[in-house]
Amino acid sequence: MSDRVVNLQHKARILSQIRAFFSHRGVLEADVPCLDSHGVTDPFLTNFECDWQGQTRYLQTSPEFALKRLLSEGFGDCYYLGKAFRNEARSTQHSPEFMILEWYRIGMTPEQLMNEIAELITCVLGIDKTDSMSYADAFMKYANIDIWQATREQLIKIFPGECHFDLTLETDSDLLQMLFSILVEPQIGQEFPCFIYDFPLDQAALAQANEDGLTAQRFELYYKGFELANGYGELTDPEEQARRFGQDNNRRLRLGKKLIEPDVRLVQALKTGLPNCSGVALGVDRLCMLALGLEDINLIQFN
Amino acid sequence: MANFSTNEFKAGLKVMIDDEPCNILENEYVKPGKGQAFNRVKIRKLISGKVLEKTFKSGDSVPGADVLDTELSYLYNDGEFYHFMNNETFEQVAADAKAVGDNAKWLVENTDCTITLFNGSPIVVTPPNFVELEITETDPGLKGDTAGTGGKPATLATGAVVRVPLFVQTGEIIKVDTRSGEYVSRAGK
Repeated sequence: MSDRVVNLQHKARILSQIRAFFSHRGVLEADVPCLDSHGVTDPFLTNFECDWQGQTRYLQTSPEFALKRLLSEGFGDCYYLGKAFRNEARSTQHSPEFMILEWYRIGMTPEQLMNEIAELITCVLGIDKTDSMSYADAFMKYANIDIWQATREQLIKIFPGECHFDLTLETDSDLLQMLFSILVEPQIGQEFPCFIYDFPLDQAALAQANEDGLTAQRFELYYKGFELANGYGELTDPEEQARRFGQDNNRRLRLGKKLIEPDVRLVQALKTGLPNCSGVALGVDRLCMLALGLEDINLIQFN
Repeated sequence: MANFSTNEFKAGLKVMIDDEPCNILENEYVKPGKGQAFNRVKIRKLISGKVLEKTFKSGDSVPGADVLDTELSYLYNDGEFYHFMNNETFEQVAADAKAVGDNAKWLVENTDCTITLFNGSPIVVTPPNFVELEITETDPGLKGDTAGTGGKPATLATGAVVRVPLFVQTGEIIKVDTRSGEYVSRAGK
């Protein structure tokens, strides 16, 4: 038997472990479409598009919209464990087809959800604890930058090495995100998985704003150089949701990317009423890689 | 030459960056779940030898560099140029001191070196990993000394100075690692 087959047997056990974890908590597995009528407006995500009987269909980059629609119709706490697709380059940590675990917990705050994630991953990875730190604190600790005070010039100045593009044309948000990936991310979660919470509001995506007016209820989980999970205190305001769809398409326009018709069914679902909830998406292949100490995603996928 | 996108960057690929031929050493793809994708690329500028870290937007492309590695035999130095010859075609190439750089001290006549040509002109001369050279000067060692006692400096026929064990004498031929500049053994052993 090849190493890969042995890895896939381990993966199967982790999938059972995940399903048992949720079954034990009364969270139902949701069957939602991988192939759907709408794509995602996020300017940095790209759907695979395919033709169905003369109409465009989109392989889903995550089950987020479908799960939220299900929640608004009263399905209750739910998770999806299955395939998602992103039309982007391959690397040792990226595959265009991958397994995603996404779940939603009604009435939970992001803090409570982070605790639940910690319970799941400490159990799968066989480790004792997780750490956590706010986005601003992490920047201060590892890059000595006060993100609320730093000027553009200061951010450009600390950018390591040279760039093959004009850094001064980047938005503040993109600049900060690149600096986070280069300067901060490699240093966090080396010993224990580390939650980074309270992302700046302009990196909120589908998260609710915090009361400070600066940050959003978004968090990410990092461990040993992997971005493992991304979660939100979910946005429930339909008008704000519609506004963010518009913002996304404006960014797409500026970046010369194709505009995507927003999925009005999501806005409609929020109008019907998305219960207050927190949700998170986790890369299952990466979790398995960490559990087995593998360095290439190719070793945990069959192709 | 063809263009290469960041997706095609891999170690060993020669591309033009800032109008200079460069060798790609490492390419790391960075794609946060939310946020734009970029590549952190480690390159060596072939003419200056400088190694640097360069960030690219994923999907950007750069032209390939017309760079060719060729094995040529070293002939002689005329004071200004170092002359090399292709032993099959007898074609000769002259490299200037800039291309040879510090490696001049490892050039042994009739030894094959790797000459990197850019648009047909030599820009880098790499000697073989090991060369054999005669010691022209070193202090006489004491009888009974063995290797590994710190050694002594020895000047070689090309002017290179390496540390050798005390028992090695003037007139002997030794094998040297050109990458580290260290003594390996007496020749023929």
